[in-house]
Amino acid sequence: MTARNTLALTVAGLLLMAGPALAQPTEIRIGVALEPPTLDPTAGAAEAIDVVVYQNVFEGLVRIDQTGAVQPGLAKSWTISEDGLTYRFALNEGVTFHDGTAFDAEDVKFSFDRLLAEDSVNAQKALYAPISAVTVIDPMTVEFTLSRPDGLFLFNLGRGDAVIVAPESAANNGAEPIGTGPFAFIQWDRGSRVVLEQYGPYWGEAPALTRASFVFISDTATLTNALLAGDVDGTNNFAAEALAVFENNPQFKVLVGSTEGETILSTNNRKEPFTDLKVRQAMAHALDRQEIIEGATYGYGVPIGTHFAPHHPYYLDLTDTYPHDVEAAKTLLAEAGYTDGFSATLKLPPVAYARLSGQIIASQFAEVGIELELINMEWAQWLEDVFANKDFDLTIISHVEPFDIGIYANPDYYFGYDNAQVQALNETLNATTDEADRLALAQEIQTIIARDAVNGYLFELAQTGVWNAKLDGMWQNAPVEGVVLRDIYWVE
Amino acid sequence: MGGGFHMTLFLVRRMAGFAATLFVAALVIFLLLDLLPGDPARFILGINATPEAVAALRTQMGLDAPAHERFLAWVGGMLVGDFGLSTTQRLPVAELIAERMAVTLPLSLIAMVVSVVVGLPIGILAAMRRGKATDTALMVLAQTGVAIPNFWFGMLLTLVFAVTLRWLPTGGFIPWDEDAGAAMRGMTLPGLALALPQASILARVMRTALVDVTEQDFIRTARAKGMTKSEAIWRHGVRNALLPVLTILGLQFAFLIAGTIIVENVFYLPGLGRLIFTAISERDLVLVRGATIVLVVVTTATMLVVDLAYAFVDPRLKGRDA
Repeated sequence: MTARNTLALTVAGLLLMAGPALAQPTEIRIGVALEPPTLDPTAGAAEAIDVVVYQNVFEGLVRIDQTGAVQPGLAKSWTISEDGLTYRFALNEGVTFHDGTAFDAEDVKFSFDRLLAEDSVNAQKALYAPISAVTVIDPMTVEFTLSRPDGLFLFNLGRGDAVIVAPESAANNGAEPIGTGPFAFIQWDRGSRVVLEQYGPYWGEAPALTRASFVFISDTATLTNALLAGDVDGTNNFAAEALAVFENNPQFKVLVGSTEGETILSTNNRKEPFTDLKVRQAMAHALDRQEIIEGATYGYGVPIGTHFAPHHPYYLDLTDTYPHDVEAAKTLLAEAGYTDGFSATLKLPPVAYARLSGQIIASQFAEVGIELELINMEWAQWLEDVFANKDFDLTIISHVEPFDIGIYANPDYYFGYDNAQVQALNETLNATTDEADRLALAQEIQTIIARDAVNGYLFELAQTGVWNAKLDGMWQNAPVEGVVLRDIYWVE
Repeated sequence: MGGGFHMTLFLVRRMAGFAATLFVAALVIFLLLDLLPGDPARFILGINATPEAVAALRTQMGLDAPAHERFLAWVGGMLVGDFGLSTTQRLPVAELIAERMAVTLPLSLIAMVVSVVVGLPIGILAAMRRGKATDTALMVLAQTGVAIPNFWFGMLLTLVFAVTLRWLPTGGFIPWDEDAGAAMRGMTLPGLALALPQASILARVMRTALVDVTEQDFIRTARAKGMTKSEAIWRHGVRNALLPVLTILGLQFAFLIAGTIIVENVFYLPGLGRLIFTAISERDLVLVRGATIVLVVVTTATMLVVDLAYAFVDPRLKGRDA
């Protein structure tokens, strides 16, 4: 009897504590899988940092919009010199940082001097190497001098790595970020959530949302439950395998869009037998892209035949360069002297698309006589083994940097592709600002690396967001990393 | 040769053992983590970072010093309460651990209390009805409770009470000082999920211990003196059966502090388990080291307390040990 009474009391007690949580029409709670290590986008590569702060807390001179185009940001306009070496920016007036200090050209200079300094820990420092000087012309005008023309300069200014910070607060941005954006940082319950609130004195148009929290939920099943229960209002990129639950549910909308993630079967071009073009061509013929896309991305990936994003205007469809053809693959392997095939290792980082693609590719390669040993790795180990020490045969990874075809011009890069022609073309491309010329150059490089079968080109990762059906204004595509809150609103 | 001498010797031996355990644990933790492949600086800066930037960060993090120097600095710092700075979060490790303890400690306590309140009465009831249908039913229930993984039970609770009924949140944690009621609501389902297997184990241990005790002479004497079976068990049995239960409770508490990671994941709670898990994958070795040593301290201290409690409850143990 005692036990039963106690139980009944316990249950009653628990029920009393229960109470419904009501969503406010100007608040949003977004579930995200990864918690950022810090909140300073200028001192780390983690995408999770940009997800929370990019364009919300911090702003750059320019900003990238949903289509990937460059729009005015803290700079309202700019002029570019004939030779493409001087950029003069006119800054917006009345801009303040969240701690009340005023923004002016000195902050711009400070931010870039910090980024380019000897002891800078900016993860993308190399992108800004062309900058040779930042000069304050007057408090509302700043001038950048480049050592060489850079076709991506404006785009790079719009990245999270190049946001403008204040000398008074820069050192603390990791724990307490202070920017100029429409949302100010309120609190970070570590391990749990980050809360932002609308910044009243914001210089631009006020956003519809007054408060936003990013809730960190790493487990897919748990995030599914949190969405279904209404404990979170959406997530910007949900695991493809979990989308079926939401697709036919009128309370939710599933947004499928593009990302900058070229997912490739990275191949160590320095190492036998991959130094042999015929071997790489055989591997390309052995791949059945559609099967991989179905199996590893539940059909959401977009096939690619080269290292370029399909939604980009410069993209060239080269998926037919080496169509899936087991016999052709076997013939090429025999010509290369591998009549009985060969064995190799495939090192896989801890992401679902890589682990799933790996298994499918192993079975596809087995058909042509290539025996793959799958090795699962953590990120830290992958970065050290594969990326830094180049100790690998094959790996699967999504390259998420926008317009990153330049990695094929760097023989020291981890996959070690060394082609003088591509290096020369890339140099010309970097120094060219004319759109038509840039397009021709970019497409020529795409074609060469596709024909050379440098890596196995698999698919472009999709962004698959799940949101409450009453929410609107979310970015469908992810041209840069971030969950931009400024346009999101509740539809009544 | 008084009992006082024995007691002092016993305490000294136990404390020395405690200190030695901690030192060995610190050494093992440090060495194992140092062998782990992966560079924390590279992890933070990602694949596009220049070698100079990675080198600059390594220096900032203090990773340049040789291993023995870093070990001594770490142990020396801990002796004065300084656990160092987390490499990824750039915050004092002690502060990060304390934040997580505000979740893990109450959660473990709730699970303990629920498991005691539910488990012990069930065990006593089963022992009193030994061999009868009630006993069988309760023990089948307890066996099931032990067999069900707590994360699965947690997901079941979520589906029923959070997704379907919407009485409680699916997870997450609101800080105590912000809304204590909400914090308590957030702890309810994970607390229950954690308590179920513990309560089942306690029920089984309690029943077995009590059945053993009832076969002892003093119970027979009590019965002979005219007590009913229930009276005899209540007056004399339960107290004597608590000794093995105490041991299990100590083990369970240590387990709850360290072993809640899966349940923390299911309920996205910012507890110690998740902190360590994330820190390992981010190669935040300073944080992993600090958090692990705290767990070692909690576990060995709990065992020490149980040992001492034993010695006081059963004075024979002191003599035997010395």
